[in-house]
Amino acid sequence: MKPIGLYIHVPFCERKCPYCNFFSTTKITNEIVDRYTDIICNTLVKYKEKIKLSFDTVYFGGGTPSLLGDKNLIKIIKTIKNNFKLFGSEITLEINPTTLPIVNLKQLREEGFNRLSIGVQSTIDRELKTLGRQYSQKDIKNTIKLAKIAGFTNISLDLMLAIPEQSIKSLKQSINFFISQDIQHISAYLLKVEKGTLFYKNKNKLNLKNENEESEMYLFLVSELTNNGFKHYEISNFARNGYKSKHNLKYWNSKDYLGIGPSAHSFLAGRRFYYQRSLQKFLSGNSEVIYDGKGGTIEEYIMLRLRLSDGIKNNLFKQRFGINIPQIYFEKAKNFQKYGLTVVDKSSIKLTNKGFLLSNELISRILL
Amino acid sequence: MLFPREQIRNFSIIAHIDHGKSTLADRILELTESVSKREMSAQLLDNMDLEKERGITIKARAVTLLYKAENGKEYIFNLIDTPGHVDFNYEVSRALAACEGAVLVVDASQGIEAQTLANTYLAIEAGLEIIPVINKIDLPSADTKRVKNEIEDVIGLSADEVPLISAKTGLNVKTVLECIVSNVPPPDGDPEKPLKALIFDSYYDAYKGVVIYVRIKDGRVKLGDTIRLMATGAEFVVVECGFLHATNLEKRDELIAGEVGYITASIKSISDARVGDTVTNAQNPAPKPLPGYRTVNPVVFCGVYPVDGTKYGDLREALEKLQLNDAALTFEPETSVALGFGFRCGFLGLLHMEIIQERLEREYNLDIITTAPSVIYRITKTDGDVVYIDNPTNYPESGLIQKSEEPVANAHIYVPADYVGNIMELCQERRGIFKDMKYLDKDRVDIQYTLPLNEIVYDFFDKLKSKTRGYASFDYEIIGYAESDLVKLDILLNGDIVDALSFIVHREKAYQRARKMAEKLKEKIPRQLFEVPIQACIGGKVIARETVKAMRKDVLAKCYGGDITRKKKLLEKQKEGKKRMRQIGTVEVPQDAFMSILKLDD
Repeated sequence: MKPIGLYIHVPFCERKCPYCNFFSTTKITNEIVDRYTDIICNTLVKYKEKIKLSFDTVYFGGGTPSLLGDKNLIKIIKTIKNNFKLFGSEITLEINPTTLPIVNLKQLREEGFNRLSIGVQSTIDRELKTLGRQYSQKDIKNTIKLAKIAGFTNISLDLMLAIPEQSIKSLKQSINFFISQDIQHISAYLLKVEKGTLFYKNKNKLNLKNENEESEMYLFLVSELTNNGFKHYEISNFARNGYKSKHNLKYWNSKDYLGIGPSAHSFLAGRRFYYQRSLQKFLSGNSEVIYDGKGGTIEEYIMLRLRLSDGIKNNLFKQRFGINIPQIYFEKAKNFQKYGLTVVDKSSIKLTNKGFLLSNELISRILL
Repeated sequence: MLFPREQIRNFSIIAHIDHGKSTLADRILELTESVSKREMSAQLLDNMDLEKERGITIKARAVTLLYKAENGKEYIFNLIDTPGHVDFNYEVSRALAACEGAVLVVDASQGIEAQTLANTYLAIEAGLEIIPVINKIDLPSADTKRVKNEIEDVIGLSADEVPLISAKTGLNVKTVLECIVSNVPPPDGDPEKPLKALIFDSYYDAYKGVVIYVRIKDGRVKLGDTIRLMATGAEFVVVECGFLHATNLEKRDELIAGEVGYITASIKSISDARVGDTVTNAQNPAPKPLPGYRTVNPVVFCGVYPVDGTKYGDLREALEKLQLNDAALTFEPETSVALGFGFRCGFLGLLHMEIIQERLEREYNLDIITTAPSVIYRITKTDGDVVYIDNPTNYPESGLIQKSEEPVANAHIYVPADYVGNIMELCQERRGIFKDMKYLDKDRVDIQYTLPLNEIVYDFFDKLKSKTRGYASFDYEIIGYAESDLVKLDILLNGDIVDALSFIVHREKAYQRARKMAEKLKEKIPRQLFEVPIQACIGGKVIARETVKAMRKDVLAKCYGGDITRKKKLLEKQKEGKKRMRQIGTVEVPQDAFMSILKLDD
């Protein structure tokens, strides 16, 4: 079997950000963290016994994976290395900007971590405060500097769009800062107010952006980044040459990956499944895996690939499914070309930036 | 037991919707112990759920009852129910023709309504003995004195001895039965003459074929007779005949003059046994059929389409089944660019149309889209050809039209005097021509207008009700064609004509209707991926325009940790949503947008 991706979900946070609905808890003790690490390692070993796996990407996400501490992170990475083949792996760790470093980045780099994804979101203090982020622009600078000193040469920064109080002007300041930092990758997301978050509760009091503003910010961001040497390769992702996220590309290419940890999703041998959203269950060692249907269908592939700026290509499609892209998709996609939402030629279908902004509806119109 | 003809009473009950006809019928059934209490569900004669719910009778029905009168004799009562709506006027007239008497039920607070009066006139024309009764006298709003005056003034019947009843409680219902015995004459007719039997209703039974309900006017019919249906000439051998009871059929060897009953004769199609036709004996035929037969033709048409295109076959089957019991329903396949495959259906009127639509949805579980109702236009083309158009899609180009005509109706509206202004305003708006106005009493008025039928089929009844707080009643009959300056209005979405939205309208009203339609569509069509112009055009000239704005953002940015479940769920949800949409060119139009334009607010 070809090497696949490995995702470790670390459901711990120091505090819950008011906009975030990812699965995490703030009730952490050393005991819980150690127990969690053990379960992850045991699970990995169990997988090894069941199926032959090798990995070429590993991604520690969360939550705040750095809260595991050096010792546990190294324990997990060693378990991976001892039990599975790692082929030229991209090994990513998510961290947050902090005043004082909470992990020894140098040591982690030496143990094999080679990519950092830093949850910056904004460089404007006022916006950071709204987002409940406990750091300043200075802390961001320091964190990036420390990462570089530790030897990381593949750094990604998260940027958030449509933050209340954000303006094109303040967005430009954040973007300029990002560009000036000599980093390799940027993930930029439009704030989405999710049910069950504090933002959702207060959504009427927050000065949320309207669709027009969101759309304007997104298009502005795309043009700024592409003008500054970043390749826009996925709706929300931008990279310098050679620095696309190999791990995230697995999602968009509908490739296999294994996810471990509460709420982590997997796509393995044609099946999609995920762990229950319960830390307690996971720590007890008998978290159930929930089957989530067949994966890798043509429909799903198209849905995912259309998020990439390369779109769907006939040669890749044929390689994978043994047939040409059905003509109907070309015809449907062509309907939107005159409105500047798609680009269709003989062998490929792509969405434009405007198309990306409308991708939910647009993809469904092409597929259904 | 054979009853002498002197002890037979054939009668029907005439009443306005909600005035208590079915309740009275139920009480009569109880009093004659035709139905055990156990079998007695409210309003037994109305078989269809729809009838029970709407409180209207859609089909005629008959039942034979045995009543022991106060004079000690037993009587056969044949109660023939009549539909209570103008759409079924012809059926009513045939049902009445099968009777010698009619009980006229008038609501003690509402008084006489247009439909009651129309049916009463039909009964008087048919030479029936009318027995007025005032119902619902237990209600606090009852005003029997006023209603008595109305009966005397309007119908010209003496109201001195009118039974004052409550069908609900059963109060004085027995008096009504005694009145039937003493006032309704027994049937005449000669059992020795050649057979003449009037068909006043029929239904299709999967085992027996068509079951026809007849009133034997002359002669007799028995098992094994070869009968001929005089209008169609078709001949059949009688398989079964007998009496109609409330819950069963009673087989008899023969039916004779004066009696009411049923006949089965392996008749396959209801169109062979039309209401109003005369049944005679093939060996010994009557020289002339009974008077009054006519074929009923649909006057209102609309397209009926399945929401789910794959249900086309089911829709056809359902319409075929409905037609088994409803010779007045017509349908033929039609296709629409916007709505796909469907049927052009013809109806006797708006109520008939609504009933069929509801039955398709309820009894056959079909989701349907209907297009705006149309009447039959008569177009004289420049080459002298005359064509009849019931579908706007087939309307000729204006350059080919020499003369266009539309059906017009003579309408009576009965309304409290306070609302005369509102009614006149509405009728004026609907291109009505004022004919006459009569005071029924000091505060009730009969207003008579000539109205184009296309104004009536378009939302007229709802408007009438809302402008009179429900007090108006309405009756109309089509009187012919009148020349009219008609135009075809087309709706374009994103530049494409939506054939299912085209309609014919009087030129003077085109602009207003066009504007409202465009507004309504704008409201109903969700924002699309691009800006969608809505245009209303007459012969290529745009007379109204709206724009559905484009959406600006619809993206699920984050797909964290490979969680694509959310995206798949979204796609599934969208799939569900698409089922409620019709694709017109590249524009998605919700199904309900087609229906919403059938009723536009002023």
